[in-house]
Amino acid sequence: MSLSSELITAIEEARDHHGGPRAAMVESLRLIQMEHGWVCDAHLEEAAATLGVTTAEMEDVATFFSLIFRQPVGEKLILLCDGASCWLNGGEDVRDRVMERLGIGFGQTTPDGKYTLINICCVGGCDHAPAAVIGRDRKLVGPLSPDDLDALFGEDAR
Amino acid sequence: MTEMPLTGRARPDRAPHTLAEWKALGGYEAVERGLRELGPERVLDMVDDAALNGRGGAGFPAARKWRFMPKPGAAPGDGPSYFIVNGDEMEPGAFKDRILLEALPHQLIEGAILAAYATHCSEIVVLIRDAYRDAIRNVSRAIAEAEEAGYLGRNILGTGRDLKMWVHPSAGRYIVGEETALIEALEGKRAVPRKRPPFPAQSGLWGRPTTVNNVETVSCVGPIVANGPQWFQSLSRTAEGGTKVFAVSGRVHRPQVIEAPMGTTAGELIERAGGVSGNGRLRCFQPGGGASGFLEPDALDLPLDFGHVARAGSMFGTGTMIVLDETACPLGVIARHMAFYGRESCGWCTPCRDGLPWVAKIMADLEAGQARMEDLDVLQMTVEVAGPRGRSFCDLMGGAMSPLGTGLARFRDLFEAHVREGCCPIARDHGRAAA
Ligand SMILES: Cc1cc2nc3c(=O)[nH]c(=O)nc-3n(C[C@H](O)[C@H](O)[C@H](O)COP(=O)(O)O)c2cc1C
Ligand code: SF4
Ligand code: FES
Repeated sequence: MSLSSELITAIEEARDHHGGPRAAMVESLRLIQMEHGWVCDAHLEEAAATLGVTTAEMEDVATFFSLIFRQPVGEKLILLCDGASCWLNGGEDVRDRVMERLGIGFGQTTPDGKYTLINICCVGGCDHAPAAVIGRDRKLVGPLSPDDLDALFGEDAR
Repeated sequence: MTEMPLTGRARPDRAPHTLAEWKALGGYEAVERGLRELGPERVLDMVDDAALNGRGGAGFPAARKWRFMPKPGAAPGDGPSYFIVNGDEMEPGAFKDRILLEALPHQLIEGAILAAYATHCSEIVVLIRDAYRDAIRNVSRAIAEAEEAGYLGRNILGTGRDLKMWVHPSAGRYIVGEETALIEALEGKRAVPRKRPPFPAQSGLWGRPTTVNNVETVSCVGPIVANGPQWFQSLSRTAEGGTKVFAVSGRVHRPQVIEAPMGTTAGELIERAGGVSGNGRLRCFQPGGGASGFLEPDALDLPLDFGHVARAGSMFGTGTMIVLDETACPLGVIARHMAFYGRESCGWCTPCRDGLPWVAKIMADLEAGQARMEDLDVLQMTVEVAGPRGRSFCDLMGGAMSPLGTGLARFRDLFEAHVREGCCPIARDHGRAAA
């Protein structure tokens, strides 16, 4: 499946906006991810061609930045903080319960493709520790409790 | 003006102001005054007289950094100079820039306009970490409003100067916050730090003169120009100007951001954060984020600013405290930090790329009660080789060694007890970190 014409236009705008093609690479990858959740080879190549950079240049940054996903992720993304302030507030009890419930570890996706669980450094939500950010728009949730994971799995969690 | 000039105007729900609302609160008066009446030299002098130290970690005086920037016509070649606002905020325990970005975007833009004006820059880039989506959206919207109102764009306020500003959303990796790595990232490269010299003021973004400042540093500039350097100085209890947007987290009852005079003590901040949680008795704290050395209860009355904390053997850093009560194990905190820094190493130099994962492994072994006494020597040696200003290419590794080095110095008995007893004695007696 190729990129939608809207996405191509958005990538072209990013290219013409500031700093030129190379500077727009991360933004292009982010735009693709906003729509598709991750960046597949075909999309990466198409974006590179749109920007006028090589696939290798594009891959170079795509593999450096940890929040550009080069593998499919689940419908729902859970980025669970493993920073010290969260740890001090029981973050690992939450982690264990989430893993138990999903049956997966960090960096994995549930077999039904619904959830991907990833550990992330301090999300700047230490005042809500233990915290996580979820979904494509990175909603901050916390304080989480192992006995009440509704913030991650309930109705409102996107 | 309240005594919280930076966060005082934030709404409780952090909804940002529209430009009209911000102007009703006195917004953009500083920009008008700076650009119409004062001129770049005077703006720079005011920031100098205000004794504003950079809030991104190193505490370098803002005005001194700005004076490295070439005057118009003095820069070799053609092209703009760049002013970069660093909103990468990923240091463990740091959540102070978030409120300034999310709730107070116009304050940031005002500061950035004045700073760019004083440093003869015609383009401003705000890099914001991926997780701060509200910040990315709010700052982008506010920039559009400021353009509409003529504060940004062509011939701003009739000064004959053009000034562009845009947001660069990042995509993870802590090292992006290091200023030369940040410049690489903006150029569309892997964010590996650059060799210095040349310094960014000589050759930065796309080889042009560049200044990088932290979000909080930039947010201070509007209030300084509006109210004067003496006012800014007088907010502080020490020789370093202003208030500080502190943050307190870890084992406290009400972890939060607290804007208070520079020089406020750790004891006061912990009290305002609801006091120590856990068993209520303080074991130790890191005064300025994950890369700052541990201090103990005897430092509760220490005035917190860059100078005082450095003299006490730690680092003021980001001014964001991590608090441990007696039932929390400092080795556990160090283990999380080492895992973090090791994972975030950019991989460029060997001590960091190979050393940090090794250190992280030993810390994990210690926690699991599987380390040997000799392992402690490896930790000590690593601190000596790669500690602050040691043999690594950038400060990521050196920073990581601060909690480890001070931990080994202050809690040697506890390290040894983990080996001797084959477990974490604190977790054994109090349960693992569950607060
Ligand atoms: C590994 C590393 C990460 C850093 N991360 C940040 C950051 O997220 N935000 C920031 O403002 N400064 C960060 N810094 C400091 C910057 O390199 C730079 O000193 C700072 O942005 C300058 O701003 P200031 O002078 O206003 O403090 C980091 C430094 C290092 C070594
Ligand atoms: S110390 Fe070396 S490997 Fe570590 S982040 Fe800095 S440059 Fe990269
Ligand atoms: S340590 Fe988890 S949000 Fe800061």
